[in-house]
Amino acid sequence: MLELSGVDTYYGASWILKGVSLRVPDGGVVALLGRNGAGKSTTLKTIVGLVAPRAGSVCFDGSEIGGAAPHVVNRRGIAYVPEERRIFKDLTVDEHLAIATRGNAWPRKRVFGLFPALAPLRDRRGRYLSGGEQQMLAIARALVTGPRLLLLDEPSQGLAPVIVDAVISSIEAMRDEGLAILLVEQNVELALGVADRAAVIDQGTIVFDGTAAELRARGDLQATYLGVGT
Amino acid sequence: MSGLVEIQLLNGIVQGMIYALVAAGLTLIFGMLDIPNFAHGAFYALGAYVAFTVVAATGNFWLAIAVVPLVVAGLGLVVDAFAMRRLARAGHVYQILFTLGLVLIAQEAIVLIWGANPTSVDVPRALDGGVPLGVVSFPYYRLFLVAASALVIGAVWLALERTKYGAIIRAGIDDPEMVACIGIDVQLLFTIVFGIGVGLAGLAGALILPIRGGQPAMGNELMATSFAVVVIGGLGSYLGAVVGGIFVGLTQAIMTILYPAASEVAIFAAMALVILIRPQGLFGKR
Repeated sequence: MLELSGVDTYYGASWILKGVSLRVPDGGVVALLGRNGAGKSTTLKTIVGLVAPRAGSVCFDGSEIGGAAPHVVNRRGIAYVPEERRIFKDLTVDEHLAIATRGNAWPRKRVFGLFPALAPLRDRRGRYLSGGEQQMLAIARALVTGPRLLLLDEPSQGLAPVIVDAVISSIEAMRDEGLAILLVEQNVELALGVADRAAVIDQGTIVFDGTAAELRARGDLQATYLGVGT
Repeated sequence: MSGLVEIQLLNGIVQGMIYALVAAGLTLIFGMLDIPNFAHGAFYALGAYVAFTVVAATGNFWLAIAVVPLVVAGLGLVVDAFAMRRLARAGHVYQILFTLGLVLIAQEAIVLIWGANPTSVDVPRALDGGVPLGVVSFPYYRLFLVAASALVIGAVWLALERTKYGAIIRAGIDDPEMVACIGIDVQLLFTIVFGIGVGLAGLAGALILPIRGGQPAMGNELMATSFAVVVIGGLGSYLGAVVGGIFVGLTQAIMTILYPAASEVAIFAAMALVILIRPQGLFGKR
């Protein structure tokens, strides 16, 4: 479905991604793990077109999307939930959904079925939503664009445990419906709990690519690259 | 009371509505495209001159105020699609230089097409005369200008606040990158907003024509004040531009009564004060 091969991305003169190769199969959930500044978010931004790769290819469903504009990438079927959530401060929950909705795969009823907490907040503006509500809305806003692949950047960050649980169950529900997911997470336990494959990135290079179970068994990798158990 | 003070205040509101129309367009462009469109005043001047041509050709001022916003918006679409969009890749400085160049080009084009002498048109016959106020009277046309501006400002506000397209524009002012990430062609959106913004300036130019006439540099005088209005009201805030415009118009009028020499200074002093106390402007959110 999605295949990155040999992707190099720069911010100005800084070389951030160095030959990243990564695959998300149809309907698969892949966790992309790594320390702060390893290149996780940049990988997602490169896929959605917010930064253009300087080398390598980003292939989605057999066609090259590397360097395409973000709205083109979204219309191809890739939706993005950014780390900072980036909720529109002046728009109500309903307006977020209205401007993002394409097709009829995600009617309101289905959205609010996945995130019941949002239903009573339909007329509330983005700036008045809590962090957890913003996170749910950011995911909902991505879903209503009708994607086949969802990119999630640190969905659990800064959220209360009860909200994290809600976010996890929404990820599981989306996975069970056959949506492919590329999940960037600091929380290794959480990520490996929902993913079937995992990749580890360090200093812009993929240092591990395998199943979630394989990574679970590699305490050495987790200690070296993810700071787990140290 | 002879009515002179009332007249002065009413004139302040008339001028304020012009500022509000111009600044409403400017704040949309400035807030969303993140570039100070120094050519905004040039579109205001072009609005006045296109109106002059329509009136000269047809004798119909009503036709002029219907046609001018469309013509000026069309010009804006062309400028944005062919110039601003390309320059966005080169950076803000180039866009600023380009709009400054556009001001000079527009001014010279006006001199070439319409001549350097001031132009004017008569107030439409239906609005001849005025409301008596003491020893003087207040022209009907000025009341019409206030009502028409209020109507347009209100309609644009409703479109921004109550429609899906308005929501897209508000989202674009907040975070254009994220708008692109939900599948909306932000470049196209920018172009449309640019067209609407300069169309409002063109309408203001047409409306002021029967009162002040047109002269090639009329846009420049308006520009500095309009930036002050946008800064006072809050960058990107539509309501701020409208309230700021009326506030600045009234301030000018009141200062003209109290101490005419300081009427210009007062506006920029107010702007400086707002920046110091509330840098995001009265209605700004950032």
